[in-house]
Amino acid sequence: MFTGEMGEVFLRSLFAFLLGGGLCVITQILIDKTNLSSAKILVGFVVFGVLLGALNVYEWLLDNFGCGITLPLCGFGGAVAVGVREAVSEFGALGIIKGAFVASAAGCTAALLMGFLMSLFFKAKPKRL
Amino acid sequence: MIEKNEDYRKLIKKHLPRSTTIKNSIFAFLSGGALCFMGEWLAYLYTRLGAEVKDSYLYVTLTFIVVASLLTAFGVYDKIARYCGAGTLLPVCGFSNSVTSSALDGRFEGYVSGVGTKIFSLAGPVILYSTLFGTIYGVIYYFVTR
Repeated sequence: MFTGEMGEVFLRSLFAFLLGGGLCVITQILIDKTNLSSAKILVGFVVFGVLLGALNVYEWLLDNFGCGITLPLCGFGGAVAVGVREAVSEFGALGIIKGAFVASAAGCTAALLMGFLMSLFFKAKPKRL
Repeated sequence: MIEKNEDYRKLIKKHLPRSTTIKNSIFAFLSGGALCFMGEWLAYLYTRLGAEVKDSYLYVTLTFIVVASLLTAFGVYDKIARYCGAGTLLPVCGFSNSVTSSALDGRFEGYVSGVGTKIFSLAGPVILYSTLFGTIYGVIYYFVTR
């Protein structure tokens, strides 16, 4: 059933669905059952991602689950860890300082740029809860 | 008559709103999973358009950031997030949403001290701690592999 290129992509996206969905369920339970603020939970996931990257698990997850690990914020942490490792291999000790920002540059820059552009053209909507 | 703590708990349990954790979790699972599912197909599309496999995931992340930012600015994202909960918080869209919405909030206080500081209200912790732990890992890795 899952043969050929499309089948392979379908299978990978199914894995991505399961892992990504599972991580979101953990987040939801943490929000509902604990008093942690969402910022603390997100920081927790990012640090967890760095840990995954440091333990060489991140790349395995990336190969098998694709977007299931890159889209949740763990992917941010994982990318940082991988980036730091590559930078240390390339620049030596200076890589310790250089790596983290290089790895997170694309995501941060895009988010900040879009945030600024949107603030030029839009005003905050009154919040209705 | 209420005599013990247990009795009191039983009494108020009837009047408390029913726990919605299970319902929320199902919504979070479906929405978060669906985003990752779509992301995987988008990554496939980008590789078909000529991107490297590694880069295609970065393109997907960027796509989600841009789309989430636009949806936030139009006021649609909050409506979706009300149903999806963590499903729209944990994926990178949630990061983009918080950056954009805090930037929009900060606009009333001017572009430097308003937008400039508020834009980091959630991005700040995420960037700080990923950098901090990344650097700690870098030090360890440097001394292990030297």
